[in-house]
Amino acid sequence: MMSLYTRRIWINRIGIGLSMIAMSFGLLALMWILWTLFSKGFAALSMDLFTQDTPAPGSDGGGLRNAIVGSGLILLFSMLISTPIGILAGIYLAEFGRISRFASFTRFMTDIMLSAPSIVIGLFVYALFVATTGGFSGWAGSLALALIAIPVVVRTTENMLKLVPTSLREAAFAVGAPRWQVSLKVTLRAVKSGVVTGVLLAMARITGETAPLLFTALNNQFFSTDMSEPMGNLPVVIYQFALSPYENWINLAWGGALLIAMLVLAVNIGVRVVFRNKDKR
Amino acid sequence: MSEPSASAGIDLHAQQVRKFRLQDLSFHLITQLFALVVLAALVGILVSLTIEAWPSLEEFGAAFLWTNVWSVPDDEYGALAAIYGTVVTSVLALLIAVPISFGIALFLTETCPLWLRRPLGTAIELLAGIPSIVYGIWGLFIFAPLFADYIQPPLQDLLGDVPVIGGWFSGPPIGVGILTASIVLSLMVIPFIASVMRDVFETVPDVLKESAYGVGCTTWEVVRNVVLPYTRVGVIGGIMLGLGRALGETMAVTFVIGNANRINPSLFAPGTSIASTLANEFGEADPGLHIASLFALGLVLFIITFIVLAISRWLISRSMGSEGL
Repeated sequence: MMSLYTRRIWINRIGIGLSMIAMSFGLLALMWILWTLFSKGFAALSMDLFTQDTPAPGSDGGGLRNAIVGSGLILLFSMLISTPIGILAGIYLAEFGRISRFASFTRFMTDIMLSAPSIVIGLFVYALFVATTGGFSGWAGSLALALIAIPVVVRTTENMLKLVPTSLREAAFAVGAPRWQVSLKVTLRAVKSGVVTGVLLAMARITGETAPLLFTALNNQFFSTDMSEPMGNLPVVIYQFALSPYENWINLAWGGALLIAMLVLAVNIGVRVVFRNKDKR
Repeated sequence: MSEPSASAGIDLHAQQVRKFRLQDLSFHLITQLFALVVLAALVGILVSLTIEAWPSLEEFGAAFLWTNVWSVPDDEYGALAAIYGTVVTSVLALLIAVPISFGIALFLTETCPLWLRRPLGTAIELLAGIPSIVYGIWGLFIFAPLFADYIQPPLQDLLGDVPVIGGWFSGPPIGVGILTASIVLSLMVIPFIASVMRDVFETVPDVLKESAYGVGCTTWEVVRNVVLPYTRVGVIGGIMLGLGRALGETMAVTFVIGNANRINPSLFAPGTSIASTLANEFGEADPGLHIASLFALGLVLFIITFIVLAISRWLISRSMGSEGL
């Protein structure tokens, strides 16, 4: 019979051992996915990827130029929509909404919207915009992605503003500045880098979103910069090409996936590195 | 003291104050208006989905939820197969993800050397940053074939003849199916659950843990008897957050679930989920009952995830002591 002491030691060892296995499982999964992505994706990378448009069924070669440009435009406009809305709403929650019921309700709903299924947002924009204006378009795609990005910008802006010491606000009030000037010229400026981070993270979040674009921007096999027409974009191209029977299409899908993942990971890592250096200072 | 100039100065000052008051009020209202955008979007989603789904709700009534039919030619629709697939994949994903996330959070907060905490925590968070479509193609091209060749046959040999659960592992090992979708989903929700757990574990006062260590507890006993009871509410909140994520996940599931609109007791069999049905059919849906039924599916998904996420946020905010609602 094992003594109580030995048994406790062993239970502890098993528990800690299992937690280490769990940790290595997580790391292994990350490395496996990244390794696959890099090995398959780099094989597909070439100049053609950036200079040629998506190929027609059955034809050789081709690239992703129209999808890259389309994704860029859709992302640009969705960030132009979501950034001001998100920042102003974040200012409201942080500056005026500390004790208000309405603000805590909004905060709660924003948190839910952060994780709401993106495909439902696509359905919503379809019903609101595509069905009423009579067509799929780049604008509809931007609107859907903006709705996903807004909650991210709101919450990071608010959290950043909350870090501003009250004394800074009081100092500004004391020299007679009105509230809006204190908000925009003192507190918001003090957390500028944090707000930019929030905007970047929101962009990273929507870069790979596929589901909401399926029913809004749709896809376009040809090069187009007209936002009122269906627009080619990387996520939907990856989705359609990966499920296709053509080998060059599947390769292009891997290449596109690598582009998206590199952008998203670069933003995520970059933001963390910058913030770590800030902490040390 | 010249009186007129003093009163003019006061007037000027009063004017200035009035101007600032007005500006402040409008600034307040403008920012509040933008805060309303989020609420308006939420209400808008509910209202517009209900309107679009109305023909289907009128035709099938509440029976839509428990009818196991999805037939475009007969124009008859019921959500049961999609709801079944959504719930089963999400619950299985949690069964896999929760113990692993707990292990990761435990490791990061209790046993990990300090200098490794940050890089390892970041690595886990990066898993959450990978777009779901990447999980999808990885699952379809890399994981599913390996799963079919090396994991499904032994599982079948081992458990296929056991009564009751044997049926879960019957059928041809084709790689894609409910179980594959659950495993890919579990990888996607691990980072969300693990980071909430880590954050709530860090709220445990050091004094509590140190007293337990002081009377001779092992790390495992401290976690079991001090950390877990203290953070129970937040841990459940984190699990619910993972559930909310898993229920609504679209791309990763669509690639690997097999997209068969029926209920099969075997976990190796292809199935469907609400989100993957939408992704597959919405683009080519016929106007009328078909598209209305797809909107009804979307409405069901939104309501389920809304409830799950609301409970989750409420529990997490209670546990973290921040003002949620």
